[in-house]
Amino acid sequence: MKKLFFLLLAVPGMAIAAGAGVPLDRAPINPHNQESLQRGASVFVNYCLSCHSASYMRYSRMEDIGLTEAQIKDNLLFATEKPGETMTIAMRADEAKVWFGATPPDLSVITRSRGSDWLYTYLRGFYRDDTRPLGWNNRVFDKVGMPHVMQDLQGHMVPVMRAETDAEGRPHEVIDRLELVKPGKLTLAEYDALVGDLVNYMTWMGEPAKTQRMNIGLAVLLFLGVFYVIAFYLKKEFWKDVH
Amino acid sequence: MQKLLNWVDERFPLTASYKAHLSEYYAPKNFNFWYFFGSLALLVLVIQIVSGIFLTMHYKPDADLAFASVEYIMRDVEYGWLIRYIHSTGASMFFVVVYLHMFRGLIYGSYRQPRELIWIFGVIIYLVLMGEAFMGYLLPWGQMSYWGAQVIINLFAAVPFIGEDLSIWIRGDYVIGDATLNRFFAFHVIALPLVLLGLVAAHLVALHEVGSNNPDGVEIKKLKGEDGHPLDGIPFHPYYTVKDILGVVVFLMVFAAIVFFAPEMGGYFLEYNNFVPADSLKTPEHIAPVWYFTPYYAILRAVPPILGSQFPGVALMGVAVLIFFALPWLDKSPVKSVRYRGPKFKIALTLFVISFIGLGVLGILPATELYTWIARVLSVVYFAFFLLMPWYTRNDTYKPVPERVTDK
Repeated sequence: MKKLFFLLLAVPGMAIAAGAGVPLDRAPINPHNQESLQRGASVFVNYCLSCHSASYMRYSRMEDIGLTEAQIKDNLLFATEKPGETMTIAMRADEAKVWFGATPPDLSVITRSRGSDWLYTYLRGFYRDDTRPLGWNNRVFDKVGMPHVMQDLQGHMVPVMRAETDAEGRPHEVIDRLELVKPGKLTLAEYDALVGDLVNYMTWMGEPAKTQRMNIGLAVLLFLGVFYVIAFYLKKEFWKDVH
Repeated sequence: MQKLLNWVDERFPLTASYKAHLSEYYAPKNFNFWYFFGSLALLVLVIQIVSGIFLTMHYKPDADLAFASVEYIMRDVEYGWLIRYIHSTGASMFFVVVYLHMFRGLIYGSYRQPRELIWIFGVIIYLVLMGEAFMGYLLPWGQMSYWGAQVIINLFAAVPFIGEDLSIWIRGDYVIGDATLNRFFAFHVIALPLVLLGLVAAHLVALHEVGSNNPDGVEIKKLKGEDGHPLDGIPFHPYYTVKDILGVVVFLMVFAAIVFFAPEMGGYFLEYNNFVPADSLKTPEHIAPVWYFTPYYAILRAVPPILGSQFPGVALMGVAVLIFFALPWLDKSPVKSVRYRGPKFKIALTLFVISFIGLGVLGILPATELYTWIARVLSVVYFAFFLLMPWYTRNDTYKPVPERVTDK
């Protein structure tokens, strides 16, 4: 019986592949930290929600992270919206494509496809690059169409290059790290914390039922554990007369 | 109550069926661990049908609405996330259970005379299940749904002469689109499940006609007691019903652990890229089928194109699945169970398991030159297991098979 359990669990697990070979920083995800989720929600609404939608996410769902309907209405909604509506935007997809080169993707489940760590590294990975149309590039998403929308907070970063040789011995330059050349309103540590809150919120938004899921899961496993004991003795009792 | 029962029995064989299939169906008393997976497969089938019915109530088979309707189920439908995760986990667990069930048949010779038809029904079930899973995977309309289906349907285009038309006929369009989604939905929720239920019934009727095999490969019907029942047989109900309940509880613990704590199963049960809506203009960097198809996918990629045609690979992939049908006639050994077989079969079986799992792993990974060569070697091993079977089973050494089953 134990064999069955382990055999079924042996189906392998795998982390999301990073791509591009840039090591990802670990995002400080904590779905139980409601203050962090609420701060992240406010950053999301202020900075992301003008170009990106989150059209599967209803504002009212934020009651799950400790906000009241009045708080949502007063702080996170524009005058015309209702809490039961989803996070849509006024910008049209075809126009956005002309402006940025690509339509900004819907962010409802972005952490589920990209991963929280990728997003955390990405949002801290913008640097000045005058060869790009909007003057910005990104460490983990080369030639991304999105400009650094939080540059007033983080400030301007520039890459510090390092020489490397590739597999065939040819030298080339790669980005070693980013350096601050023009400070923003926040220190880099404060900015990291802000992005941490934002990514925490977006991870929650990717699957709002996750904490409920795990709570129910514990109860289900507990029930099955008790049921196992009963089933075990039931079987034993019936099988006494099989020789 | 008895009067009612009599009334029914005069018009429908209720008591007789109950006796024939449960209370007086005599099963060998020495079933071991491997014998849980048949009843578990039935359990998963029921789970999939019930969870599927509830998903169908909220899902929209429309290219513009499908992805959003899945997220609607995940967020706005009461316990929709639970229903959806049960269904997605069930799909993968169906294959886990079926593969272990097939392996049981392999090691104890359950496909041998007189159970050839049970085996054949089983292989057809496996084929239909693959179709069912493949079509169901398109429905969430994510990037992997779309491009996975694209890759598989394009395989049909490799068939000489009629391929191009054939693939258009399957898609209902020149590209995968709304028409494809609609017909896959129809097949997934009604056509194939009906076929599946019929086949499962046939599988069980055939099984109960000839009786179950067992880990010793002994025919228990040969030795009967004075009461006319097999000496080594025990009534399925209550003995195996209570035993299977135990298996069901352990299985459900694993199932619940996945549903509640790791529904994506590290990207194997729900692929990360499938959280991106289908986009016909953006091909993902790396397209891998879901894990249960990867052994065959690896065989497909291992065959180099001949005269610019992918068809040989496609054909070999098809043969790799269909070859299971021939198993009862390829095996020439005088015994059924691996317990009384010699080293040749055991080595062949071990190599086969390694090749199947190895191909499965390679089918997930990108095809580099080294991996392709390993896949070629493993493909040869895979086919050698079947094609050389008449030879190595004839020339193996065997232990004497006991009259009665050896353990409880």
